[in-house]
Amino acid sequence: MKRPVLLVGGRVVDPSQSIDEPRDVLVLGGRIEAVERGLAGPDEAERIDVSGLVVAPGLIDVHVHLREPGGEHKETIRSGALAAAAGGFTTVWAMPNTDPPLDDPAAVGFVRQEARAWARRGEGGARVSPVGAASRGLAGERMTEIGGLVEAGAVAVTDDGYPIADPALMRRLLEYTQTFGIPVLQHAEDRALSAGGVMNEGAVATALGLRGIPNVSEAAVVARDVYLAELTGGHLHVQHVSTREAVESIERARERGAPVTAEATPHHLTLTEDAVRGYRTDAKMNPPLRTERDRIAVREALIAGVIEMIATDHAPHHYEEKEREFDDAPFGIVGLETALGVCIRELVEPGDLPLSGLVDRMSCAPARAMGIEGGSLRPGRPADIVVFDPGEPWTVDPARFLSRSRNTPFAGERLTGRVRRTIVGGQTRYVGS
Amino acid sequence: MSDPGAGLGLGKDLVGLEPLGREQILGILDTAEPFKEISERQIKKVPVLRGQTIVNLFFEPSTRTRISFEFAEKRLSADTVNISSSGSSVEKGETLVDTARNLEAMRINMVVVRHGSSGAAGFLADRIPSNVINAGDGQHEHPTQALLDLLTIRDRFGSIEGRRVCIVGDILHSRVARSNIWGLLKCGAEVAVCGPRTLIPAGIGDLGVRVLRRVEEAIEWGDVLYVLRLQLERMKGGYVASLREYNRVFGVSSERLRLASDDLIVLHPGPMNRGVEIDSDVADGERSVILPQVTNGVAVRMAVLYLLAGGQPELAETAKGGVA
Repeated sequence: MKRPVLLVGGRVVDPSQSIDEPRDVLVLGGRIEAVERGLAGPDEAERIDVSGLVVAPGLIDVHVHLREPGGEHKETIRSGALAAAAGGFTTVWAMPNTDPPLDDPAAVGFVRQEARAWARRGEGGARVSPVGAASRGLAGERMTEIGGLVEAGAVAVTDDGYPIADPALMRRLLEYTQTFGIPVLQHAEDRALSAGGVMNEGAVATALGLRGIPNVSEAAVVARDVYLAELTGGHLHVQHVSTREAVESIERARERGAPVTAEATPHHLTLTEDAVRGYRTDAKMNPPLRTERDRIAVREALIAGVIEMIATDHAPHHYEEKEREFDDAPFGIVGLETALGVCIRELVEPGDLPLSGLVDRMSCAPARAMGIEGGSLRPGRPADIVVFDPGEPWTVDPARFLSRSRNTPFAGERLTGRVRRTIVGGQTRYVGS
Repeated sequence: MSDPGAGLGLGKDLVGLEPLGREQILGILDTAEPFKEISERQIKKVPVLRGQTIVNLFFEPSTRTRISFEFAEKRLSADTVNISSSGSSVEKGETLVDTARNLEAMRINMVVVRHGSSGAAGFLADRIPSNVINAGDGQHEHPTQALLDLLTIRDRFGSIEGRRVCIVGDILHSRVARSNIWGLLKCGAEVAVCGPRTLIPAGIGDLGVRVLRRVEEAIEWGDVLYVLRLQLERMKGGYVASLREYNRVFGVSSERLRLASDDLIVLHPGPMNRGVEIDSDVADGERSVILPQVTNGVAVRMAVLYLLAGGQPELAETAKGGVA
């Protein structure tokens, strides 16, 4: 039996119960027992003083790449889970574009077992939920055995990294997944329109002599997919929305009641294509950083709740893979260990989103939208908790990341808000200095 | 000769014209003037770069630019080594940064680099202490080409200021177009681009140029028609239906040039596809300054080598005086 834990003196921010006030939190048997003022707790409880700190439901990231199997020089399930815990995340969804891809039950089961095995050895981080491949070999042609993937632990399906181009396959996926009540996650990109592109299309790409990816390559696929979701009633989740046009499609679809959810990344909320100048490969990702107009549209949609959640698209790459010609460098940046600090600095500090709103976008909303546990400190729920100092400034030093990779455009930046402790199922998995 | 780029403040490298100012660009052109004469001598060699080692690192095939640089280097008495991607360790998978570091370990002074990726020259310049001269990086810049073009325009008109220059052709894939746009705008020219809309990049207007839809408009409007080479690969990319179609709509012919003002001149960076983007009678006609461009290329490259090696612009006349 795990020892009870009592978090004393903190400010509990739990939008799922509309709580934002000083309360103590008692954890018993890995679950939340009580969230009250002046809790005494059992004598044997471990009492942790969290005065001056925020206690919130653990963050949930439905979009990370842990690279294992096949890319262990970039990240492993263990290092990724530890990096997630260091960033305040208690649950992450691991994408299936590994090598081999997570397109059969054994591969899906491996990811879940591996994460649990590290946790049993006392070296666990965040919970890792595998996302199964939507098509065999991520080839976009034949559906995987989704029932088998779900049995092995898959919480969703996607071909992330490889958009599902064939509308008939997308339709079947949105139909078939309804048996299991899981979403189809789509990286919306028309590869014919984005072919050869390495950054946003426009004046910056033109000046740099780099091939552009136009907004319409995302917008056209989102527009199609929301109609398919409406037609079928299947849950479509639009990954990393980057364009104003995609925001418009999603907003209109939701007004019509379509079963569509969406995520935005911290980098699309804060950076624009200008970050690429100087051929900075740490600002190369897909979808690319867009214009200021797009950035504002995505940000406003997140604040309004049209895009209901933040996800990092944590995409680790080894430094030597990024230390090269821009055209040849891989897409993607790490995000787990900077997400909270970036979002507090960019959204909460300027007053655009209250802290409770941010906790909602990073924890409650993903749990609610995906229908998973977590995202709440209600008694009886798993004790997945993040404790952080919302005002503490710190400077990003990638050398100190727990991730195996360092590819971040935020290196050297001052962020606000630092994780002090991450608790998963009542067990402390990360303690910050 | 010590302080790199002293006098003009060019810094260590020449990666592009975008970061340079008008005075710097005109300063390079002025420095090129005295170097023109060396190539006209019986003995075409001065000791300006004696003892300097220069590597010509060409990851993409090039005849004209490589030879022009080589002449410039040899006429300034530098020791040169040519490395091309085929047959070098590059083909064995060595990264650009490793290639650079290995060259550096052999204690060289300058690298002239041509590479297929935009940003590659700057990437190299940031990582090695040698001077780096960009001889064309992807679709980004080709600064010495634009400098020789500017010199050629100035030779003909006396000044670049106020001239109307229209660049015609595949702007999307052209580093020559980009370097010329920066150089011409900084020197006070009016710049337009013209070509099939499939080959005009997004947001080009934000760079400060106008877009002309038809080549006839370009000819009527301009003092200078800068005709770009149409890469044959563009047919495969589906940007243009055929060479014949391109010539029909955008080819510069003497018939179309009847719309031009009397003093309009025609430039081309070479190599030409005669009968595609330019007709032979135009290329060989009296408006053409295509061969003077080639001659100026050697002088401009001598000037750039001299300046980056630490030469003072005002001393160029004296520096070249000696005989090797």
